[in-house]
Parts: sequence; structure tokens; C-alpha cells
Amino acid sequence: MPEEIQSFTVTLIIRRYNPEVDDEPHWDDFDVQMYPTDRVLDALHKIKWEQDGSLSFRRSCAHGICGSDAMRINGRNRLACKTLIKDLDITKPVYVEAIKGLPLEKDLIVDMEPFFESFRAVQPFLVANNAPTDGKERIQTVAQRERFDDTTKCILCAACTSSCPVFWTDGQYFGPAAIVNAHRFIFDSRDDNAAVRLDILNDKEGVWRCRTTFNCTEACPRGIQVTQAISEVKQAMLRGME
Amino acid sequence: MTSTIEAPRSPYSRAPRSRGVNWEKWGWIYMRVSGVVLVVLIFGHLFVNLMVGEGVSALNFAFVAGKLTTPFWMVWDVLMLWLALIHGGNGMRTLVNDYATQRLTRGILKSAILAAVVILIVLGTLVVFTFDPCPAGSPADLLPSFCSAI
Repeated sequence: MPEEIQSFTVTLIIRRYNPEVDDEPHWDDFDVQMYPTDRVLDALHKIKWEQDGSLSFRRSCAHGICGSDAMRINGRNRLACKTLIKDLDITKPVYVEAIKGLPLEKDLIVDMEPFFESFRAVQPFLVANNAPTDGKERIQTVAQRERFDDTTKCILCAACTSSCPVFWTDGQYFGPAAIVNAHRFIFDSRDDNAAVRLDILNDKEGVWRCRTTFNCTEACPRGIQVTQAISEVKQAMLRGME
Repeated sequence: MTSTIEAPRSPYSRAPRSRGVNWEKWGWIYMRVSGVVLVVLIFGHLFVNLMVGEGVSALNFAFVAGKLTTPFWMVWDVLMLWLALIHGGNGMRTLVNDYATQRLTRGILKSAILAAVVILIVLGTLVVFTFDPCPAGSPADLLPSFCSAI
């Protein structure tokens, strides 16, 4: 008979908002029985399936790659599917709310459109003006690929942009995620549109609004060195591409 | 944890690109460059005024008057004045741009900052270059030692 795995009660305090009923968001608390290996997402599922079916949140893959379930957990932007219950202080309630700086739609769901708008504005796709040399492939050295490897990891979860105090102020700043995705193509040796992207970001709402508070780097569930990527884009504007 | 951060105040339409001088870029560069120079100037200033020789007890009218008759310290102080005021003013401008939501409020606050910076720079520069270290009729023990030679 294997030893029984210890489970414990966790209190989640969730910021709820139903636009059809509520004028203002309010906090609801739920007690759930969890195992140490469970994640915040499992706790949310348990609440939705067993206690309150009206709880709304986004999740797709539930394995940290689709970028749907970024939320503010105990005041920090995290993916609910990558945050283990045992890593939180469960002697106190766990606070869960929607990410900040984007229009709240319902419970933990925000309108991501302003975020994707900024993303699209930096032309996040390969622009190559000439045919590949051998007619088939655009060859790249290991070092050339390595140059932008970090920023290819972005899953567009908006954890970084919605942790940025500059973005919170008026939502006009392009935000870390858009700059990270510009960086991914600006430093790609196969791409020919770096100058255009640098020009787009070299503006009032572009990279110069970054105050290097490192909130974005701290928030990124993929471990991207976001602030460093933004600085590299600034350097490319000042010194040109090397 | 329960702090409220409002949704963006304006719809997501991106303003057309501003033309002419890229103030945000040059502002950013200015903050970096002046910051580095100010670290040297301010710590040099503090070291000479508070630590060298008798230290802080040497500070009096005569000490300052003596410094302000030396071209080296005149340039040092004027440089510190200009760099620091513009650095601070630009920082305040950034804060206003971030947190003042109304166009009118922004205008008023930024004008006030600009006025304060300009007035202080003009006054300060005037003082440094028109300073009289030996005002007539003052007790000799309060004045720099070279005044008695005049």
C-alpha cells in the first residue's frame, strides 16, 4: 500500500467581474483541496467545475506554450499553468486577478486587441527582398541564429506588457512584447526590413519610453531577457546595425 | 496586490508619426550623457566642499566666494547647474506625459516646469558670472582673505 500523498486546503481570492451584473469588480474567495504538484490553473478548474461554473478565464494548451492564461497571481504576472501551488505561500490566501492595463472583459479575461495591435504594428514577419542564393534555402550560421534566439521564445501571453508601468499609464506605449518581436526580426540575418522596424519603434511611443524597470524580464514565463532585448534595439537605433 | 490600475484611457489608435527632431530619442541620450557627467560633477562638488581640508566646518561665505572667483569652479558650477536642471526638468516632463491625462493639464504643468528651469538657469548663471566676492562695507573676517589686498 503506497503512502497517501498529503493534500491541503488552499484559499483563492479571485477578482470577479461580470459586465452584465456588476458595476465594479469585486473579490470572491474559494477553498479548494489541492496537491503540492497542482498548479493554479488546476485550482481554477476545480473551482469552475465543482463550485462556481460562472468563473471565466482563458486557457488552451495548459502547458505553458499557448500563452492564454497569463494572470496576476499574488501581485505578479504569471502563467496559471506554470505556477505550482507548492511554490506559493499557502498559509495565506492566493490572490488571482486579470492582467493589468488592458480592458477587463469578464473575471480573468481581458481584451487583448490593443496588445495584438502593437504586435502587428512592428511587422512581426520575415521580409526578404531577394531570392535565396541556391534557390531553395536562406542559409544562416549558428552564430547568426544565436543572435536573436532569445526573442524567438515569445508566446504572446502579454505577461510582460501588462506588467510594464509605462504601459499602464496610457496604453499607448508599444510595450515590451511588441519590441521583443521586432527584435526577433531586426537581428535576423535573413530579414531585410530591420530599418523599417527600427523607424517604427524610434518614435514617441517606441523604445524611448522604456525606463528599464525590468518588470517585463521578471514577468516573462519563458525567461526572455526582455529589458536587454529592448536595450539592444535602442543600441541598434543609435549605432546602426553591426 | 489589490491596487487598481485602470484600463487604458484612450482607444487603441496609434498617432501618426511625429516629424522633425526626434525629441524622445535626444531626450533619452541627454539623460544618459548628463547623468554620467553629473555623477562626476556632483560627487566632486561634495568631496571638495565637505571632505577636503577642514571639511564641512570650512563652509562659509568666504569659502563659497573664494570658489566663485576661480574660473575652474565657475565653469564647474555653471555646468552642474545647467546639466542638473535640464536633467531634472526632462524627468519631470516624462512624468507629466505619463500621468497627466488632460491635454490642458499637461500643457500647464509642462509650461510650469519649463518656466522653473529657465528662470533658475538664468538666475544661477547670472549669479555665478556677476558675483562680487568683496561686497563693500562687510566685516573683513567674513570675506575671503584676498579682499583685504584690494
